[in-house]
Amino acid sequence: MAYLDKHIETMSREDLEKTQYRLLKTQVTRLYSSSPFYRARMREANISPEDIRCIQDITKLPFIHKQDLRDNYPEGMLSVPRRDLVRFHASSGTTGKPTIVCYTKNDIDTWTTSLARGLISAGLGPDDVIQVSNTYGLFSGGLGFHYAGERIGAAVVPASTGNTERQIELIQDLEVTAMAATPSYMLHLGEVAEKMGVSIKNDTKLKIGLLGGEPWSVKMRDRICEWLGVKGINCYGSSEMYGPMFTECSEQDGIHIWGDIAYAEILDQKTGEQVAPGERGELVLTMLQKEALPMIRYRVGDITEMDTEPCACGRTHPRLKRIFGRVDDMLIVRGINVFPSQVEHTLMSIPEVGDHFEIIVDRKGALDTMLIRVELKKEAFTDNIVQLMELREKIAYRLRGALNIGAAVELVEPDTLQRFEGKARRVIDRRDI
Amino acid sequence: MYEKYKIKQLSIFSENRPGRLAAMARAMMDEGINIYAFTIAEGAGYGVIRALVDQPERAFQKLSSMGVTVRYTDVLAVEMKDHPGGLYDAVSALAEEGINIEYSYAYSGKRCAVLFMRVEDSDVAAEKLLAKDVKLLELSQFT
Ligand SMILES: [Zn+2]
Repeated sequence: MAYLDKHIETMSREDLEKTQYRLLKTQVTRLYSSSPFYRARMREANISPEDIRCIQDITKLPFIHKQDLRDNYPEGMLSVPRRDLVRFHASSGTTGKPTIVCYTKNDIDTWTTSLARGLISAGLGPDDVIQVSNTYGLFSGGLGFHYAGERIGAAVVPASTGNTERQIELIQDLEVTAMAATPSYMLHLGEVAEKMGVSIKNDTKLKIGLLGGEPWSVKMRDRICEWLGVKGINCYGSSEMYGPMFTECSEQDGIHIWGDIAYAEILDQKTGEQVAPGERGELVLTMLQKEALPMIRYRVGDITEMDTEPCACGRTHPRLKRIFGRVDDMLIVRGINVFPSQVEHTLMSIPEVGDHFEIIVDRKGALDTMLIRVELKKEAFTDNIVQLMELREKIAYRLRGALNIGAAVELVEPDTLQRFEGKARRVIDRRDI
Repeated sequence: MYEKYKIKQLSIFSENRPGRLAAMARAMMDEGINIYAFTIAEGAGYGVIRALVDQPERAFQKLSSMGVTVRYTDVLAVEMKDHPGGLYDAVSALAEEGINIEYSYAYSGKRCAVLFMRVEDSDVAAEKLLAKDVKLLELSQFT
């Protein structure tokens, strides 16, 4: 097993906690003296750096929300002299104003190190050719994978998004072995390749997909593996953290969160208390080494579970099991929490329908209605309208079982629902609440 | 042995979207394909268009290339005798044998009226109908 930093990646839990405490103490002390924003926050919470005496004391610190970044747009939370900055990015801002994130030279290095450790753990190295099909530009996804790929000595193809036919040609011509993209784009690429008469599985050397940027299910990963012959490595990060920075290893048993770079807490959404080990909750991350735009107890908004047992690969840092959805993606329909990932998971177990879907929520009088539009596969089309109706009923029945709430189902023609190259926007909420 | 009586009908999956049917009809016209008969069965939010054309393979190719979900379905073409009870003759022949008609539709052909019917097993139905002296038509006989 190859490592980037074997000593750090395999250190004992005890040593890791010592390192985390040392880094947190240094960070909090620095911010208290040099960041007006963090000093004000800590004073409001009636806490000073002296109150941090072990890593568990982190819970005394106040939370940071995405809204804080918006309120302080563009640089109100900057915690280093402006001349120390070497780069800006902006977050995708699915709702409201975008947020600006900035980096020092050390920040770029920490970010690159974090993702490079992940790429090596996923089995990549100097022999690989990595096509980065994430957006380059203000979005941090493209450059994040670009730098990490170069760091491990791989050759990087900075394809960015768009022009899928060209992307497929590049994969063939440059003998690309790994590709960074969103999982829905990976599937889209598979569809386009098929139309071009190219089998990703048989006609290319593509073996690893570095996939993330949107929630996806195990079923979707299995499909990518079976159909495209691509091992889907779950990748994780956001611009507020640095960018894409954590991945699964080749064991595919959870995303390794490098404890010397980030401290992860999983909190009960209602009480804000830490959940029991292995229980589901909201992820809160503290970036322990971040300079330009520190993130202390940042409410990431993702729902996940954490495993603190050492991984079969030998790495000891905690792992995030799957990302189940986002706090803000979660729909509340008739008082019931609905995650688009549950819908995806259910649909993928029904062979007659495709991978793409659309959820339309509306309100009729006082009652919420939910309509799920799904593509009928060409092979599943039958001239017998009764069978089509039975299929629709079967889908509705399965969804009801998974979601605990009834939804209307509409079968639509293949390839007609909108495809997304970035984050899939699958929910249309028409309720005027 | 009843292959010649199996008429290749095109079955097309279609959402009830404005212009969808027009686009398909237009494509058939551009290809010089003649549509003899067609019918639409509606489900909730979608329909199945059933069409009989003079060049099924060509129409199938064209529709597929447009991204349309299309497949062939075999139907039987029954000659309707031009006298009272013509429909009864054909339908009762099947009813006696316990053969269920999934759907049917009529076409007023050049030589006679034709009833197209979809049954689960075309071979069995053809055998029973012929045994009752019901006349089955081949594609060339009503075009
Ligand atoms: Zn591992």
